[in-house]
Amino acid sequence: MEFIQDLITTLNFILQGLWVTIGVTIVALTVGLLFGVVTAMLRVYGNAFFKRLAAVYSVIVRAVPVIVIIFILYFVIARFVNLSPFWAGSLALGFASGAYQTEIFRGAFQSVPPGQMVAARAIGMSRLQAIQSIIFPQAVRLALPGWGNEATLVLKDSTLVFVVGVPEILRRAQQVSARTLEPFVAYAAALLLYLALTLLTTQILQWLERRYRLQM
Amino acid sequence: MQQFLELLGNAFPYLVAGTLETLRIATGALLLGIAIGLPTGVGRVYGPPWLQRVLGAYVTLFQGTPLLIQLFFVYYGLPSLGITFPQFIAALLTLGLNSGAYQAEYLRGALQSVGVGQMTAARAIGMSETQAIRSIILPQALRLVLPAWSNEVIAMLKNTAVVFVIAIPDLMGQAKILASKYFAPLPIYMIVAVFYIVLVGITYLLLRQVERRTQIPGLTNEAE
Repeated sequence: MEFIQDLITTLNFILQGLWVTIGVTIVALTVGLLFGVVTAMLRVYGNAFFKRLAAVYSVIVRAVPVIVIIFILYFVIARFVNLSPFWAGSLALGFASGAYQTEIFRGAFQSVPPGQMVAARAIGMSRLQAIQSIIFPQAVRLALPGWGNEATLVLKDSTLVFVVGVPEILRRAQQVSARTLEPFVAYAAALLLYLALTLLTTQILQWLERRYRLQM
Repeated sequence: MQQFLELLGNAFPYLVAGTLETLRIATGALLLGIAIGLPTGVGRVYGPPWLQRVLGAYVTLFQGTPLLIQLFFVYYGLPSLGITFPQFIAALLTLGLNSGAYQAEYLRGALQSVGVGQMTAARAIGMSETQAIRSIILPQALRLVLPAWSNEVIAMLKNTAVVFVIAIPDLMGQAKILASKYFAPLPIYMIVAVFYIVLVGITYLLLRQVERRTQIPGLTNEAE
């Protein structure tokens, strides 16, 4: 009986971290999407300088563990603005994810046949217009499977903001285990919650992929 | 600038020691990951249905949850059941089990992309299924899995960075200690980032060599 009560208390407490985890994931994915799309465009369509800059960002950030990036950006951000751990952590995670998303979108942009750009220019579109209305809508669809993969990775990496004190699922589990003295129950609950979250996300992404598949 | 160089000089020996610890954990966990991933991958493709289901559950569990929480579960959670590991073993075990799940999936993909006809042909010349897997299918699949496996090696190097949360003095663990000792978190973590870049860079170049060496002679990759 006591065990069941412990379990309910534990789950109740950890569930409050669920929304923080979802929040961190959504903010990081959005920030990463902005970074990723812009950097990928610069890498594919930019001039030599921007191509180089975008490549350096993507290669360097992907060579460093995400947790190190979070630490660095946390202290960099803290030096300039007073952000809460939630925002600092999410932004840092987004910056890291941006590098991975760059590669996803670069591949997608490059696999849109070059003739599309030529044709768009031939009918009088500017380069920017062509990218915006011809290339981008196709590239986004091509990027979707890779992007979905990255989304589940960011969901799992979102637990790393634990180290800067964000009260997400793991931090909640740690707190409740200190109170109930049942670390096994607490961390098992955290694992199961995450498992449910990733499985659900995978389902949603697969549905999206089917929904927006190009009819060729 | 001079302050920075002094800090670098003081921190350097510790960071080198941390790098060695990182390499030790990464190597151990990768080997454990192969030992788990290889039979798991084969079992998921050729095993009986019940085994496929069990192995599938293992893979889903480890791929569907964050490594950091797995580490907490193994190091802080399991002792409630009377299963206690020293830090290093807990880290090795968690990273190994985690990597094993990913390696099994890569191998499964490779096994499935070896033509079905190969198995039929091997059986037709009188090999048992085990023999066919060992001498016909696996040698081809292992070559196919190499690029994905290279990615896993790099991922492992970066994944080890979470083990500092259970007080292991790896590269990140040393950084944490140095950051509070010298009250200079930002420069320390920047230096650590450079360490990781060098580590990952060297590993990447080494793996490319291995990939080139083990290519099936005469079978060139069109994409390169």
